[in-house]
Amino acid sequence: MVNFDKVTFEYIRRDEEGNVESINKALDGIDLDVKKGDFIAILGANGSGKSTLARHINALLTPTEGTVYIEEMDTKDEDNLLNIRQKTGMVFQNPDNQIIASLVEEDVGFGPENIGIPTKEIWERVAFALEKVGMTAYREKSPNNLSGGQKQRVAIAGILAMKPECIVLDEPTAMLDPKGRREVIETITELNKKEGITIILITHYMTEVVGADKVYVMNGGNVKLSGTPREIFKEVDLLKEYKLDVPQVTEIAHRLRQQGIQLPDCILTVDELVAALGAGICL
Amino acid sequence: MSLILDKINYYYGKGTAFESAALKNISLAIPDGEFIGIIGHTGSGKSTLIQHMNGLIKADSGSIYYNGKDIYDKDFKMTDLRRKVGLVFQYPEHQLFEATVIKDVLFGPTNMGMDKLKAELAAYGALKAVGIGDDLIDASPFELSGGQKRRVAIAGVLAMSPEILVLDEPTAGLDPAGRTELLNLLKEIHETKGITVILVSHSMEDVAEYAERLIVIDEGEIKYDDEPRKVFAHADELRKMGLEIPQCTELMGKLADAGLNVDRSCLTVEEAVNSIIGAIS
Repeated sequence: MVNFDKVTFEYIRRDEEGNVESINKALDGIDLDVKKGDFIAILGANGSGKSTLARHINALLTPTEGTVYIEEMDTKDEDNLLNIRQKTGMVFQNPDNQIIASLVEEDVGFGPENIGIPTKEIWERVAFALEKVGMTAYREKSPNNLSGGQKQRVAIAGILAMKPECIVLDEPTAMLDPKGRREVIETITELNKKEGITIILITHYMTEVVGADKVYVMNGGNVKLSGTPREIFKEVDLLKEYKLDVPQVTEIAHRLRQQGIQLPDCILTVDELVAALGAGICL
Repeated sequence: MSLILDKINYYYGKGTAFESAALKNISLAIPDGEFIGIIGHTGSGKSTLIQHMNGLIKADSGSIYYNGKDIYDKDFKMTDLRRKVGLVFQYPEHQLFEATVIKDVLFGPTNMGMDKLKAELAAYGALKAVGIGDDLIDASPFELSGGQKRRVAIAGVLAMSPEILVLDEPTAGLDPAGRTELLNLLKEIHETKGITVILVSHSMEDVAEYAERLIVIDEGEIKYDDEPRKVFAHADELRKMGLEIPQCTELMGKLADAGLNVDRSCLTVEEAVNSIIGAIS
């Protein structure tokens, strides 16, 4: 679905005469292979290249070197642009910057209308998309009065109405309260499981990554670690070196193990640790 | 320097068909030198509340006293209050505008009428307090990383030497290391300068670890105002308000339910680890 082949991207700054002032390598030889239907999470410190990578997936940026393929389509080929952007939608951090219409249903219908979908089908798509994100009841409401989590779900519905195969979310929960965060993560998890939509989630919240199929950890424009959440969160010290963290329970289990308490290798959830400690006590 | 809010009410769209109460009967005393956390879901009234604290929004009824003086009095100098209560908004780095870091930080104190030398001392002191080194003071703010920009923006408020520093979600969008770094910085400013810090946050883990007092706002009302340990004992009520409890507090509750003799009220990883070890051995 999404393939990066030795992708390098440089932000080049030029002075007034057009001479190169400085070059900042944001991506440095990235290889990535995301299969259709995968739930991928990308972790990394501020400035590690996550957002630059995300912007390559729907051709907002194209590589300085190397190639990005979205289902065999090269993102550098301008003839593919419309097709690529329809297949891969993006959700950004601030919900207020992504909503444009005065009614929820108009906002969701904006994308399909823009690419010339017949009116009847637009409404079908709007109804479908709102139902999938659980926002049907707000269809004729103004987006202004929605909570942050609801606004992000409307933004996701707007992308769903384009019938995408892949959704890229760049820190979609950074500005949300705990309930909003939970709503957004539940919504994308369900879209992944039930609709088979490929999800690429960028986040700074370690607990949101626990349900992913595969996690990539970026640092300095490179992918430093990749694997299942369990494989990644084993590397407590390495993650801290990359300015990241692990969920609190994982850290607690890690420290207990250091104190000689027998526990399974990598604990990811509260229930796992409760079960593991409970089993230990019974023995 | 104390700030007292007495029965504050504030309405959006007062007198129109859309009138709705944003703050209902808020009474709050903020004495010297506390580290206070404020939590509440989006739209609960947190931001409206903190904007009352330095007079940016005027209450529809009720009074606010700063050092015993009513701030709504005709002869009260609002500029005094604004100088003493520094407000750092969400994404403060979007408000950086000067050509260099030092000029940006100087803007506040100069604008307040501080003389040049004093203002410069204040600006250098503030930048040092937020950990921005001499190598960066002449750089363009736009060349800095996200975390650095945010610290420069906070320095701009610190340079006005406030007695109360109010921050609206200062860690949003920062990576875990940046988050810890910024919170430790606030803790240090609080401890060394004795500044009252009021931290509005969506991260339960952060307020649990740093705040000494936690205020919960829901539908424009104060629901809890207590030690974080006592507030987070109300897990079900908090969830109903769209909030959460820290993951380690949740863990300890479940372990206690399972029959392990641990302290339910643990707020940090450190406390949880010690309590579990104590219970097992």
